[in-house]
Amino acid sequence: MSMPFYVAPEQLMKDKADYARKGIARGRSLAALVCEEGILICAENPSNTLHKVAEIYDRIGFAGVGRFNEFDQLRIAGVRHADLKGFSYSREDVEARSLANAYAQMLGQIFTHEMKPLEVEILVAEVAAARADDQLYHLLYDGTVVDERRYVALGGDADSVAERIEAGWTDELTVAEALRLATSALAGPDRTLTGDDLEVAVLERDGVRRCFRRYTDDEVDAVLAGATPPPAANEV
Amino acid sequence: MFRAEDDPGPSFAALMARAGVQPPVPSPVAGGHGLDITHGTTVVAVRYAEGVVMAGDRRATSGNLISHRDMEKVYPADRHSGVAIAGAAGPAMEMVRLFQLQLEHYEKVEGQALSLEGKANQLSVMIRGNLPMAMQGLVVVPLFAGYDLRRGLGRLFQYDVTGGRYEETNYAATGSGSLFAATVVKMGYRPDLSADDAIDLVLSALFQAADEDSATGGPDPIRGIYPIVATISAAGFDRQSNESISARFASLIGRMSTESGGSATVTS
Repeated sequence: MSMPFYVAPEQLMKDKADYARKGIARGRSLAALVCEEGILICAENPSNTLHKVAEIYDRIGFAGVGRFNEFDQLRIAGVRHADLKGFSYSREDVEARSLANAYAQMLGQIFTHEMKPLEVEILVAEVAAARADDQLYHLLYDGTVVDERRYVALGGDADSVAERIEAGWTDELTVAEALRLATSALAGPDRTLTGDDLEVAVLERDGVRRCFRRYTDDEVDAVLAGATPPPAANEV
Repeated sequence: MFRAEDDPGPSFAALMARAGVQPPVPSPVAGGHGLDITHGTTVVAVRYAEGVVMAGDRRATSGNLISHRDMEKVYPADRHSGVAIAGAAGPAMEMVRLFQLQLEHYEKVEGQALSLEGKANQLSVMIRGNLPMAMQGLVVVPLFAGYDLRRGLGRLFQYDVTGGRYEETNYAATGSGSLFAATVVKMGYRPDLSADDAIDLVLSALFQAADEDSATGGPDPIRGIYPIVATISAAGFDRQSNESISARFASLIGRMSTESGGSATVTS
């Protein structure tokens, strides 16, 4: 009878983590910034149809980096979690914190029990009436939750993107300034990004019900060129 | 997360079934017809040049009593469609809530809203699901109307208890006062009504329905309760303010009393 090779648990976890990190590093980054009018989520994404940034619930948004099919699965699981909860209790009872915990459980479970960890990092953001109460949760491939206050960067290049955001950060950013800062932070010193390369959405602070609003490529280009951002949608 | 073979897809109803949170269907009770169940009454929808107007009175009745004076019967289903309810109020409101969620859930999961046709069919399935309750007297018959973004026009749909879906070209009404309301709309309808004229027409229809049917509520200036009216056009679902409806009623009533010395002649 053949004996399976013994692998130390530390080694096993390290290998899985390395594997996941390598997968995530291959993808492009994204950033989310708390600003006056809400929470801006800006991702580098040349596709117009495969979204990295999406709506989960009235005031909750989602963004993912890494393997598309994996974070899209998580996105749908989040929509289901939120809609079921809102239907069973009330729309007010759907919160980002509980959703982030549910994601942490899923990611942690898969990281420890499955052969292959998910090669993703995700963001759960909830906009509040006052900017001090906005919530940003950054979830890693192994289920670690990081609670951020002002901005967060995800993806392979996250550290340098975060450094560039920090360099340009002020506490009174408007949504237009936040978009310009996020774009230059994602681009770095050697590139320029346009609306076509970006996927931008805002969780609007003054929204009545569904606060998630996507910007079209043209709207992004207009704001980057210095125009004022489009008025809030206030959708049903 | 679900495995690929038992994934409920974008349907919220299928998701509820998988998650085991489906609302229980009451088992048949002998003599259930004797209960006085709260009923909502007259709702009407009219097509105009840029879309559809939907309106509903505010009265809910239990038997011969008024149980509620400011019930809402016209709801947005999503950005470009609305649903108006008549029949047993409890199941009807639950159906609207589920219908709204079904459309929103589909839109979020798929990243794209259902077509208007698809939404109308979804509602049809839900009404059919209510058939066992309808057999016991809990009948729900909504109207569905919306702006079809793909075809660029307003469309409206009527239903029967079994979920039968009937698209109407110009107008539709349902509920206890619907005969009167539909007649008024029929007399005043012209193709290419403006939004203003269409709103005045549905208000006059509801006024006449309330005049003839005890279960339909008329305008109530003492409490400031007026019918709910919404226009649905390319710009989306837009509920008219209570003040604007109150002003329209004032001029409608003014016109009727000067023209006919008090007899309620239909003018729009």
